[in-house]
Amino acid sequence: MYAIVAGGGKVGANLARSLLRMGHEVTLIEQSQYRFDRLQEEFQHQILLGDATELHVLELAGIVRPPELVLAVTGDDEDNLIICQLAREGYRVPKVVARVNDPRNQEHFDLLGIGQTVCATSNILGLVEHEVPEHGIVRLLELRKENLEIVELQVDRDSPAAGKRVAGLTLPDGSRLISVMRGGKSELAHDSTVLRPGDQVLAVVEPGKEDQLYRVLVKR
Amino acid sequence: MKLVVIGCGRVGASLARDFRADGWEVTAVDEKEEALSRLGSDWSGGFVVGHGMDSEILRRAGADEADAVVVATNGDNTNLVIGQVVKKRYGVECVVVRILDPARAEFYAERGMQVVCPTKTAIAALGEAVRKTTAALAEH
Repeated sequence: MYAIVAGGGKVGANLARSLLRMGHEVTLIEQSQYRFDRLQEEFQHQILLGDATELHVLELAGIVRPPELVLAVTGDDEDNLIICQLAREGYRVPKVVARVNDPRNQEHFDLLGIGQTVCATSNILGLVEHEVPEHGIVRLLELRKENLEIVELQVDRDSPAAGKRVAGLTLPDGSRLISVMRGGKSELAHDSTVLRPGDQVLAVVEPGKEDQLYRVLVKR
Repeated sequence: MKLVVIGCGRVGASLARDFRADGWEVTAVDEKEEALSRLGSDWSGGFVVGHGMDSEILRRAGADEADAVVVATNGDNTNLVIGQVVKKRYGVECVVVRILDPARAEFYAERGMQVVCPTKTAIAALGEAVRKTTAALAEH
């Protein structure tokens, strides 16, 4: 596979390194002379000095081939967004992935159709929420392409679902229970599974229906 | 009519003053508070301090109900993103974006964006000046 990695900071340099080790062909683009000088000995002809939002730099990196993958992982969200648009719309790169540095910019990536994004802050926050079960509903995984997400909820003593069979619940359309974790053991949720207080339930749900699901399972 | 100018440098500030003088309702946005001074001590329009990538700032500047938005910060990519966001999120039909890099300007113009590229204008004007002057000198 051929990949272009835009941004030679810690994220970009390590991605390029890993892809090379996996046997892929890589060009890393870095615009700061300082960083370029430090990376050149390691990456040799696989690193290019330049601004990856300039078309001629992308073309020097071989974007017209086009590569199977472009990773836009600079420290600047606007740059990452533009690199993705240029690659996808200008050169038909099949897969582009952008790093989101400031989670507040996520909505811009979504609005402008850059679906594949990675935001370290949001990911870490997700993990923190996972460790705090009293938080109402925890988003574990967002499947953007499928327009689904996997969430976790905890059934309480007063929850409407406590003591009920899964088949007897009126779950919102576009949601389904996956599994129930009880006493450290997890089991797939069947129609006959009876929910008990303290159960941690994994569910798959369409974005926007989490509240309805929460009201059926946890609190009215 | 209501105009929002994002990026209140020399270009943005002059534009804001022009339209204000024409009786438009104008709000300028800039990251730096000092930019306000470019609008003059008699500035009667609005001014919002903040980054144009921040939706809250855009809303406070009234981008959601503007007739026109001009994006002229000093970053091409910032301008391109803000311009697209304003158009798509708020449905503003007149969004004009300044892009210094001719290649990116052309790329986005082809995709329906209204862009102004001062670099291209300068190249054309300089070439024209040289051609005209040398032709005039040759006639002598």
